[in-house]
Amino acid sequence: MAQIQALALNMFEQGFLFAFLGLGVLITFRFFRFPDLTAEGSYPLGGAVVAALLVKGVDPFAATLAAMLAGSVAGVITALIHTKLRINNIIAGIIVMTALYTVNLRVMEKANTPLLDTPTVFGDVVAALNGLGLDLPDNRLTTIPIAFVMLAAASVTLVWFFRTDLGLAVRATGQNEAMILSLGVDIDKTKMVGLALSNGFIALSGALVAQNHGFADIGMGIGILVAGAAAVLIGEAIFGDRTVGWWVFAAIVGIVIYQLLVAAALRVGLSANDLKLITAVLLLSALAIPRFRVRIFR
Amino acid sequence: MSALALRAVTKFFFRGTPNEVRALDRVDLEVAEGDFVAVIGSNGAGKSTLIKAVAGLAVPDEGKIVFEGRDITREPVYRRAAAIGRIAQDPGESTCAILTIEENLALAEKRGRRRGLGRGVTEAGRARYRAALAPIGLGLEGRLGTRIGTLSGGQRQTLALLMATISGSRLLLLDEHLANLDPKTAEIVMALTGRLVAEQRLTTLMITHNMQDAIRWGNRLLMMHAGRIIFDAAGAAKAALTVPALVAKFHEASQGNLTEDRVLLTP
Repeated sequence: MAQIQALALNMFEQGFLFAFLGLGVLITFRFFRFPDLTAEGSYPLGGAVVAALLVKGVDPFAATLAAMLAGSVAGVITALIHTKLRINNIIAGIIVMTALYTVNLRVMEKANTPLLDTPTVFGDVVAALNGLGLDLPDNRLTTIPIAFVMLAAASVTLVWFFRTDLGLAVRATGQNEAMILSLGVDIDKTKMVGLALSNGFIALSGALVAQNHGFADIGMGIGILVAGAAAVLIGEAIFGDRTVGWWVFAAIVGIVIYQLLVAAALRVGLSANDLKLITAVLLLSALAIPRFRVRIFR
Repeated sequence: MSALALRAVTKFFFRGTPNEVRALDRVDLEVAEGDFVAVIGSNGAGKSTLIKAVAGLAVPDEGKIVFEGRDITREPVYRRAAAIGRIAQDPGESTCAILTIEENLALAEKRGRRRGLGRGVTEAGRARYRAALAPIGLGLEGRLGTRIGTLSGGQRQTLALLMATISGSRLLLLDEHLANLDPKTAEIVMALTGRLVAEQRLTTLMITHNMQDAIRWGNRLLMMHAGRIIFDAAGAAKAALTVPALVAKFHEASQGNLTEDRVLLTP
């Protein structure tokens, strides 16, 4: 019983923190229909920026926001390489991902930055609530609701955005460039907006995970795009292709399930070294299963 | 002032290779405001390239394109699209399959205007879309939330037509917009085209393979062959045209190579 409880708590804690990654990957992988490898660099960039700033004593909220902005800048660079230099979007992502490896090392000045003694957004929120007379511990029981509230806010913002004039244009850009161009939309700009939004969310995920795990590591982004894509596809396999709201919800559910599967795999004796193989198998399954039209709710 | 002018426009494909094609060969054309021009010609005559050059999808190698007195030869597609609506042959190209009818119309309504963080589909917008869709008689006014991808080709071209004209375009480019439709649907969409063009007094270029349509609709007819305009009839001369007369013109132009040209003509 205690084991199941620990598994469930771990699932929600890690799931909600990784869910921002899912939202980011959803934008590029599903709405723009290409796997944006910038994620492999912007995720650790988020961790690196937040770690470097926290160590310097910057306020956790400001540091997390800066990490998110850094991710957006990375996305803008990928978009510029793709649109202005007319380089294939996947190649553009690979170029930025590769460059970010060095950038991340420079930002952190080392391969791993521990954050055990620095404040975090979670700790600060708990402290603020306790200042109002509550008596909350700073552990996963408080991290889960804090992460949930942040995630809900992010999801609502994203759904709202994709229903605005600009958001609709961004979505249409990923689906039918010829059409949206002939409606007078500068697709270079909408691509930039989409990639900035996507990588901002992905970097935010990296920044939150780093604070939660107590360190930022240069290798934390390896395989992250595959994990995000697997999660998005798991959600899609369950809920199918519906409105933007459902897509966002499905991506979050997908990430949480992905975390559960990973945790379960570790419980049954697989080691952390096996995780990438598990992730690859999960992605493959999520791609293959819908072809057999297995839909749980539909 | 002419609404649209092409001055010695030349467009090559595969330039400098053994496969070089001169898709447009020093084309000169003046289209007056409100002209409805039907364009016919065999495959490879340059009709589509003509429309693509005006839309900005094919940048001419030589010559100038002037729209409402403004040189648009090298203007990006999205900028000139503010006043130019275009419908392609494939319904998949002119509408966005995964978005709903109302979302597509909302995107089209903002043609050429700044797209900010205002709500895309508004209640007022829905009322406008319903009012625009109801007279068409396809029942689409009751299905605003339906994804366009689930509709038939005819329904999609109908919506494409509405999207091209909903926001004050002044030039309408129709690139065989009826080609993928069955004859009955094509007739309905053509009638709607005629009505919208007349109501909004749109300057229109319409490519068609249907000679009857070309004769029946519009006030001017162009025939293209090998990248050039070889026949241009307007007003009374156009009204007097018959299908046999046009077929004879084709024969004359292609100098007996009609079989090679694979002319797809519906008399």
